[in-house]
Amino acid sequence: MVTINGEQKDCAGMTVSALLASMQLLPARTAVMIGGEILPKASYDRPLTDGDEVEIIGFVGGG
Amino acid sequence: MITETEFAAAVDSRSRRPIYSIMQAAHIGIAGLGGLGSNIAAALVRSGIGHLTLADFDTVELSNINRQLYALSHIGMKKADALPEILHGINPFCKIDAHDLRITAENCKTLFADCDIIIEAFDLPEQKAMLVNAVLEQMPEKHLISGSGMAGFGRANAITTRRITERLTLCGDGVTDVADGDGLTASRVMICAGHMAARAVEIIFNQE
Repeated sequence: MVTINGEQKDCAGMTVSALLASMQLLPARTAVMIGGEILPKASYDRPLTDGDEVEIIGFVGGG
Repeated sequence: MITETEFAAAVDSRSRRPIYSIMQAAHIGIAGLGGLGSNIAAALVRSGIGHLTLADFDTVELSNINRQLYALSHIGMKKADALPEILHGINPFCKIDAHDLRITAENCKTLFADCDIIIEAFDLPEQKAMLVNAVLEQMPEKHLISGSGMAGFGRANAITTRRITERLTLCGDGVTDVADGDGLTASRVMICAGHMAARAVEIIFNQE
């Protein structure tokens, strides 16, 4: 199991890119942290592994 | 003419511990001088922030007046020129380095190298994501405060401060997008700006 924004999800093996697509999030509007560390965009093809704690921030417009 | 001693005494006047001298030692960088950035900067100079590094490539337009600190008289001025003028009218003792430039993943490290705290105050979601990714990758030792979700006319209390990690704070409701079509109002933008400025002040006082 992988923790995504505090919720347990059965998505080990899925890449971060695929996960974002499933959440309808654009990588260019996103920051992804795994275990409290920022995941560089170049590593979005990394498959998630059991126990990963993932925080996904999808930014919206306005400021 | 008000002296700095008088200004500091007024900032400290109803506090049991000194505020001005602590704020004076802090250096904050603000990326984007629009609705969030201009209002955050105003809050910080009123509390006696010592040093601000500001950056934006934009020019003040009529469509900014609904939520940004600028007045009609600033239309046509570069924000990097207009904002220091307004801020120094509030607090002439704040050191302000204002840069008329587009912030990128390549120049942000140099621009904000000396700042204790970096505040992301952009309008576009791609720019927000760019800066948050760049700061976390290149300057993980910095405190970073980012704002996302303050459009429309929804509940004021939906806008919150959320600690993502020890160094990263996210303010906003996280969801209301200006692209949804309800525009931006000064009230909600200023609430989010208030959350972001308050978090910066909290970090400064926690470091004491």
